[in-house]
Amino acid sequence: MTSVITNRVAKIKFGILSPDEIRKMSVTAIVTANVFDTDGAPIDGGVMDTRMGSIEPGEVCPLCGNKRDSCVGHFGHLELAKPVIHVAFAKHILAYLKATCSNCGRVKVPEDEREDLLKLLKDLEELKLNYLKKRLHEYIRRRASTTTTCPHCGQPTLEYKLEKPHTFFIKTETGFRKVTPSEVRKHLEKIPDDDVRLLGGDPQDARPEWMVLTVLPIPPRQVRPSVILETGMRSEDDLTHKLVDVVRTNIRVREHVESGAPEQIIEDEWELLQYHVTTYFDNEVSGIPPARHRAGKYLKGVAQRLKGKEGRFRGNLRGKRVDYSARTVISPDPNLSINEVGVPEEVAKKLTVPERVTPWNIEFLRRLVLNGPDKWPGANHIIRPDGRKINLKYVDRKAAAESLEPGFIVERHLLDGDIVLFNRQPSLHRISVMAHIVRVLPYKTFRLNLLVCPPYNADFDGDEMNLHVPQSEEARAEVRVLMLVEKHILTPRYGGPIIGGLQDYISGAYLLTSKSTLLTKEGVARLLAPTGYRGPLPEPAILKPREYWTGKQLISLFLPRDFNYRKTSTIGKASVLRCIDEDCPHDSIIIIKNGVLLEGVIDKSSIGREEPENIVHWLIKEYGENVAREFMDRVYKMFIATCEMYGLTMSYDHLAIREEVKKAIYDIIEEKKSEVNELIKLYREGRLIPRPGKTLEETLEDEIINAMSKKLLDEVADVLTQHLSLTNPVVVMARTGARGNPVNLAQMSGLLAQQTVRGKRLSRGYEGRMLPHFKPMDLSAGARGFVARGFVDGLDPLEFFFHTAAGREGLIDTAVRTSQSGYMQRRLINALQDLVVNYDGSVRATSGEIVQLLYGEDGVDPTKSDHGKSVNVDRIIEKYLKG
Amino acid sequence: MLNMGGKVNILEHELVPRHEIVPPEEAHKILKELGVEPWQLPWISLNDPVVRAIGARPGDIVRIYRKSPTAGTFIAYRYVVPEVTKKS
Repeated sequence: MTSVITNRVAKIKFGILSPDEIRKMSVTAIVTANVFDTDGAPIDGGVMDTRMGSIEPGEVCPLCGNKRDSCVGHFGHLELAKPVIHVAFAKHILAYLKATCSNCGRVKVPEDEREDLLKLLKDLEELKLNYLKKRLHEYIRRRASTTTTCPHCGQPTLEYKLEKPHTFFIKTETGFRKVTPSEVRKHLEKIPDDDVRLLGGDPQDARPEWMVLTVLPIPPRQVRPSVILETGMRSEDDLTHKLVDVVRTNIRVREHVESGAPEQIIEDEWELLQYHVTTYFDNEVSGIPPARHRAGKYLKGVAQRLKGKEGRFRGNLRGKRVDYSARTVISPDPNLSINEVGVPEEVAKKLTVPERVTPWNIEFLRRLVLNGPDKWPGANHIIRPDGRKINLKYVDRKAAAESLEPGFIVERHLLDGDIVLFNRQPSLHRISVMAHIVRVLPYKTFRLNLLVCPPYNADFDGDEMNLHVPQSEEARAEVRVLMLVEKHILTPRYGGPIIGGLQDYISGAYLLTSKSTLLTKEGVARLLAPTGYRGPLPEPAILKPREYWTGKQLISLFLPRDFNYRKTSTIGKASVLRCIDEDCPHDSIIIIKNGVLLEGVIDKSSIGREEPENIVHWLIKEYGENVAREFMDRVYKMFIATCEMYGLTMSYDHLAIREEVKKAIYDIIEEKKSEVNELIKLYREGRLIPRPGKTLEETLEDEIINAMSKKLLDEVADVLTQHLSLTNPVVVMARTGARGNPVNLAQMSGLLAQQTVRGKRLSRGYEGRMLPHFKPMDLSAGARGFVARGFVDGLDPLEFFFHTAAGREGLIDTAVRTSQSGYMQRRLINALQDLVVNYDGSVRATSGEIVQLLYGEDGVDPTKSDHGKSVNVDRIIEKYLKG
Repeated sequence: MLNMGGKVNILEHELVPRHEIVPPEEAHKILKELGVEPWQLPWISLNDPVVRAIGARPGDIVRIYRKSPTAGTFIAYRYVVPEVTKKS
């Protein structure tokens, strides 16, 4: 066992390695560019020197004596023949060069002022006013950089320029002269410690001259492992390749210097050394060609390992790949509970749960062990108390089962009743990951109840989802208490249920509870069968000539006996069917008293998703999640069964309308068209009065769009609703809120009306007209994207074109919206993830900054509130007075 | 017309909540209760019009009585600082 480390990290400080430090931590100097000798053994003093860590299996580190698994690796170092700029610091070096005198190295600020600034800096530090400190540094830097004569030594200062990525120049009378890294380093060395502080540096841990490298640290071998190919060939890591280049060039520079080669040759080699060091750090710097492999693919520098989505940070530290997980396609199964997930047997045999052997489960586990890894339900491994893991695939399972004793751990297959986490990306929500109870099923997809699609935003057009198996007892308990689907029926957004009926569930509920539905004993049995109801049937509502039950009676069977509820239904929202009174002829007020559905049809407003104050909402609040979940599991199945019994469908005939209705609609269109022509006439004669803030043309367009789209469709919808009754399944769906709305209806049976792009009538294309079929400057409806027919009649080619133009806009909008909101979400979560509500109710950030003295200013958890309000007075009164 | 060109007392404006400087002793008590250093409170700029109007100095703590849709009146504290830019 490893011991527990109890120290806390109090602070992390970043600095720059000094040459001394690099030498101190180094175990060997690199002196040769040769890596392996003729036998293939690493050469001492080469970049693969064994002292820099053992990476071969069985190899023992000559320094720490550890094997491959426990040797942490050791740095080496390379003495550079000439100093080299570190690319990542080039900008900072320039800032130092500009702000200080090239002669005496002081910050170019007068002495008395310097004293004041230093004192001010100290004060700010004590007060932790870091933001002001930063501004002060900026101010000093700006001030010093613009001074041309040094106030300390009186010398005119040199003007520096940086040519990206790593070459410095100074201005001379004739132009610009190149400065060598040695000169740069000399200047930086001259800057006194206090002056470094003034510019925001840290002379202890980041002296400016350390940004110019004289010694290069060589990372341990573990950092750049070589790969052995099947052919036995050794393939080295990119960094090793790069280091070899650096070492080779370095040796050449040294040789040239020592042999007194001409200045120009030394300079060229030096330049090459700089290039290799730069690309070693970052092979994507602009301004120089990236280093390549022989094959032409780019080498990976140190920066490339860390950067970006697949870099060390985002790819390996903030996000990891995990064991005990599975991913496959999802498909629906309305017979599962919303708490369950169907797991294919194949997956269940691979995912395991560690179960400790006790006297009570030993027989059960022996049977699993006997079944082994290939037969479900079985087990894959046994872990003995001494920590040895036995793979059941390769042992005598009979003996293994016999050997089981309390204290052993069996890694058994996933079984019915296990709890797992289920997730669908993008995980934008906490409800994108929920806990489900396993049901092992045949076939190869994960199965889930349709009611949990909305929180995951899942459909079955090929979506895949992930599943994770918690491995400890604590994790399982936590997951069961906090993450089970039923605990997430209420959303923390406003406290209403976000899991609820959709589409057919709503149509079914309406069909079942409408007054005209009478069920025979057989019908009742058929509907109750899928719910698993066990109990007596209620007294039939009608006894003679036959026994008939109402749908409302069936619903009542599943309601708690003291449940009271009252709400207007979705169909009651249409003006024709609105009621205020309890005795509603349209049955549009739902009244439940003492667990009996007395009147009203159940539709979207009572069982739909994201419907606050629906039946499920009150069931959860008053009886708990379990009761509500059971209600959903049972009653919702009945709704589906109703749809099946009724044969809910939709066809052309349901949308086709009679000739006289068509005539009425045609009249409306003609009337609107003449209205538009009237407007155009007014405009042409210059008698149109512009609206405030709009030009004459804009006013005209607005008026026309107003007349031709919204108003027109509403009027047509009104006419249509008079002729379509609730016996029409299309109308049922639209009215109950299952799918569609009256405007959609009008667009199918009636007309599509005005098509728009960016809120304007279609106008672009040719000069003054959209298509060559029209006269230029024709402002009439037909020429500007008005579609006078619906989907039932069919569109003519021109109309079809208008429709595609407007349809395209919608597609673009969704594409743009998703990418934009995704990025916004990322930024938002990054900013908010560390905020915590403390025990005193205050919201604080990590370092204890208070964001809000009391969460939401009232300390209310919105999950438990009613639309943000902490108490729903109406409900309480209703419950205790009327009930 | 409204008071054009003349001085407007912003403290009397309907949308400006009541601000007051918390006396040092009381401020100490509040900070102790919350268990925070002054800089851990939310900040308000010295250049904030109301801060200037009530004459608060850097280092003062200002109490604001805000109307809140959820909680009626909510009391917030602000630490007056010379200039608010980005926190670091």
